[in-house]
Amino acid sequence: MSTIEAKLSTQAVASPEDRLVIGERAFVSRLIVGTGKYATYDLMRDALAASAAQVVTVAVRRERLYNDQGQSILQFLDLSRYTILPNTAGCFTAEDAVRVARLGREILTQLDNSGASWVKLEVLGDKKTLLPDPTGTLEATRELVADGFQVLAYSSDDPIAAIRIKEAGATAVMPAGSPIGSGQGVLNRNNILLCLELLKEGDPTFPVIVDAGVGAASDVSIAMELGADGVLLNTAIAHANDPVMMARAMHHAAVAGRHSYLAGRIPKRLYASASSPWEGTISGVPGTVIPGE
Amino acid sequence: MTVVANGEKREVGEQAKVADLLGELKLGTAACAVEVNKKIVPKLQHSTHALAEGDRIEIVTLVGGG
Repeated sequence: MSTIEAKLSTQAVASPEDRLVIGERAFVSRLIVGTGKYATYDLMRDALAASAAQVVTVAVRRERLYNDQGQSILQFLDLSRYTILPNTAGCFTAEDAVRVARLGREILTQLDNSGASWVKLEVLGDKKTLLPDPTGTLEATRELVADGFQVLAYSSDDPIAAIRIKEAGATAVMPAGSPIGSGQGVLNRNNILLCLELLKEGDPTFPVIVDAGVGAASDVSIAMELGADGVLLNTAIAHANDPVMMARAMHHAAVAGRHSYLAGRIPKRLYASASSPWEGTISGVPGTVIPGE
Repeated sequence: MTVVANGEKREVGEQAKVADLLGELKLGTAACAVEVNKKIVPKLQHSTHALAEGDRIEIVTLVGGG
């Protein structure tokens, strides 16, 4: 068995209450879903419900000053049901990300939502790829942790970048499967496995969430089968032809992938291994002799 | 006096507080956060924090995002 296969077949012990634990919070659902890009807020509300997610991400943006007739997303989010995870999307410097995180905390504190003390930290390096800026992410993580935040940090799938972010004090590290919104799934399973190994070494409950790149439900299952604690996605649901049905599929995929991981997969083999016994076959099997003939 | 709110110049009264500006913008009851010159003014201080000439004010809320 190769090292990769050995990793894939790693046995994990299923606890009777299998939960996604992030900091002080525990969730049954291992999906975190975004609230962006929906055609309507009604559709968003229904898709969020179908996903069974308990954590949803939101962005922090300027109020529109002259058009106050628009609907607010808050009218469509049941705050007793969801923990809101504010993001710092659109920030390209640590300074801006820290400002946005604090503004998000100020709003969620007013709403008395338990998401007030945490943030999905994104410090982007480039508008075209939306890949994270590794130094900016580290800098912002340190500053936000010092300010009392629980930081869930978006990272590349580089295992060393991931471990440095953990060392900076992040509560969870969220390596990207592929670029945000690209729908390419988990492009480098080996790197995700290395992230999992390094981040969980001596700290098996440290949460690692695959964030970004999901295109279809199978991508979620793959991430979960690799041993990720959860998956964060948005576009794959919001831009599906039928977002509500896709949200349901994502929910099932997360459960299936988690169970598959916990159950422990078989090693991959080059040759076949028959499921039906050879003994008692009435036909000739090449290379063997049927007794009595 | 003139302040800059969300990138746009705006005239406010000489004694204007953050809450007065929010009221003028019909945002008095909205779930929003306010930053004046890159420092957050918590909601509890909206009615007491006085604005000054040239203040740069950001008023933000939550929107859909991933």
